[in-house]
Amino acid sequence: MKSRDPQRQQGAGWLFVSPAIIVLGVFLVAPIGMALWVSLSDWSGSGSPISGDVNFIGTENYNALLADPGLARQDLMISFRNTFYYVLGVVPLQTMLALSLAVLLNNRFLRGRTFFRTAFYFPSVVSSVAISLLFLFLFAGSGAINNVLGWFGVNGPNWFQDSRGLIHIFGDAVGLWSIASPPSWMTSPSVMGLSFWEWFSGPSVALSAIMMQVIWTTAGTFMLLFLAGLQDLPVEVEEAAMVDGANKWQRFMNVTVPHLRPTILLVVTLGFIGTWQVFDQMYVMTQGGPAKTTLTPAYLSYQAAFTNGDWGQGAAIAFILFAIIFILTTTQRWLMRDKDASAQKRADRGVRRQRRRPTRVIVEETQRKAQSS
Amino acid sequence: MSAPPKDDGVPVTPELAAVGESRPSRVKKYWFYGMLLFFALLYIYPFIIQLVTSFKTDPDATGNALSLTPDPFTTGAWETLFSSNYPTWFTNSVIVTLCVTVGRVFFCSLAGYALARLKFTGRIALFTGLLAVMAVPGIVLLIPKFLILNYVGIYNTYPALIVPLMIDAAGIFIMKQFFETIPESVEEAARIDGAGTFRTFWSVVLPMAKPALITLTILSFQGSWNELGHFIVATNNPDLYTLTRGVAGFTTGGLGSGNQYPVAMAAALLMTIPTALVFIVFQRYFTQGANAGAEKG
Repeated sequence: MKSRDPQRQQGAGWLFVSPAIIVLGVFLVAPIGMALWVSLSDWSGSGSPISGDVNFIGTENYNALLADPGLARQDLMISFRNTFYYVLGVVPLQTMLALSLAVLLNNRFLRGRTFFRTAFYFPSVVSSVAISLLFLFLFAGSGAINNVLGWFGVNGPNWFQDSRGLIHIFGDAVGLWSIASPPSWMTSPSVMGLSFWEWFSGPSVALSAIMMQVIWTTAGTFMLLFLAGLQDLPVEVEEAAMVDGANKWQRFMNVTVPHLRPTILLVVTLGFIGTWQVFDQMYVMTQGGPAKTTLTPAYLSYQAAFTNGDWGQGAAIAFILFAIIFILTTTQRWLMRDKDASAQKRADRGVRRQRRRPTRVIVEETQRKAQSS
Repeated sequence: MSAPPKDDGVPVTPELAAVGESRPSRVKKYWFYGMLLFFALLYIYPFIIQLVTSFKTDPDATGNALSLTPDPFTTGAWETLFSSNYPTWFTNSVIVTLCVTVGRVFFCSLAGYALARLKFTGRIALFTGLLAVMAVPGIVLLIPKFLILNYVGIYNTYPALIVPLMIDAAGIFIMKQFFETIPESVEEAARIDGAGTFRTFWSVVLPMAKPALITLTILSFQGSWNELGHFIVATNNPDLYTLTRGVAGFTTGGLGSGNQYPVAMAAALLMTIPTALVFIVFQRYFTQGANAGAEKG
């Protein structure tokens, strides 16, 4: 029995993992090190970044982005502001839409469940480029959305050319201020390169259109997670609540939502992580415009390096973004630490658990993929 | 235990109706289906518009965005599309996706199996490293990847498009998790028969991992077909563009002034079709996790 020989397993083990180690090492670990070096250097993009002509400049790139007043810092702050409003809009709305879709689909009397589930989930598996093209058309000046708004007498905006912030528009509409001449107390003091007026703009009309697209696209994946959670809910519990005379809404709030709490937590934290990475839509649809209102850190990093040739700064932005996402991921892992234990306990009650453990990983994985694209 | 809802829509828990709630009234039912129809329209109508618009003329698409009858009907957009670089991009996408998928399924299974079953020094450290790698968001790797592809000297080649995507840490993780659920006694039997490590893996363990393999295949296919970021930084040669890269350029270059919405819709539609086919055929595997309960119940 040669193969039982530990020596042989040693060799085979390393042989089996070697392709993975080489590819991940060369195309993931090494480049991260290289980019870290570039973010600390004055490399201009020509020649090898690891040569004698390239100088170590310490944290100069990071200082320009985070400390020194200037265009670099202002752009990064604009991208943070945009992402803040983006997250604030997308995460709650996609969670609610996903939950609503799941609850609708979970109705006992529903016919054709598979059809509806397919329809709601389909956009999640389609290329973000294809979806972006579609939405460019739907949200065009004379596009479908504005046509529908027209039925209700609303004159739709020129979505992707409109840089007005929603809060600005709202304030203008209720007479708080005029967009054309913002009040001076909001424009004069500036914090990190942006005035209050700019900080409190809200998402621009263009960014809102992208937000709607992303909510529409990703809700389907999260719906699947909610459906899985809902089908775990023992019917007996709901029955008991029914016997106690709870109405539909009370049952939803007092039985369903608490039961789904781990799933809601998962969906919200995954939403946070995903929304910080948004890039494709900006690349395809707006290139950061109009007036930088759809600029995100990921797109800014790309633009700094590939468009403006400022590699050090582009790499530095990537590492700042990395740090933010790392904090979010760590927080998620920390928040979810008890979840696996309790999910296990719940699963023990059922007979179907053998299948669940591996498949649950797969759902989460599918989901992660969809989010990051 | 009582069965969860099934697709045929038969109420599976009649005793429930007897306890408290009477069967939903007609009004409630209409309200429910009304909501459902609204969401279904919201999700399906855009794709119908996409299909119809691809057979419209430019002015018709701009002027009657919602209309479902092309007036006049034309295949002009499709002809424009096929005489552009689109066929090249499509071929490239097929080549890249096939290579990435085959490579990923094979190498991730190999590594996953080693991490799950083989005893070798450094295994635990490697697994920890794998978890760390999984936490790196792809989007921050754009600049690093470009740097290394240039440094290694394969920028603007097929290997640059394919090799970096061939290993996916999450894929290794999925396979490892699955292999751990296969009873060890199966391998023992093979070993007693004198099979070597690779043979045991290839002819005994791998066939048992079919569900995981199919899932990984689908994830790889979908992931590499839809990938955009990596292809942006791996090439700037239009002959090497994949669909996502090429079509993304459509919007930034061609559509700005004289909008060619029908061409754009045709381009988007055609690149969606392979995904749609795979999705419809293998839907069970996409949604399996969510339905694990329902199917077994």
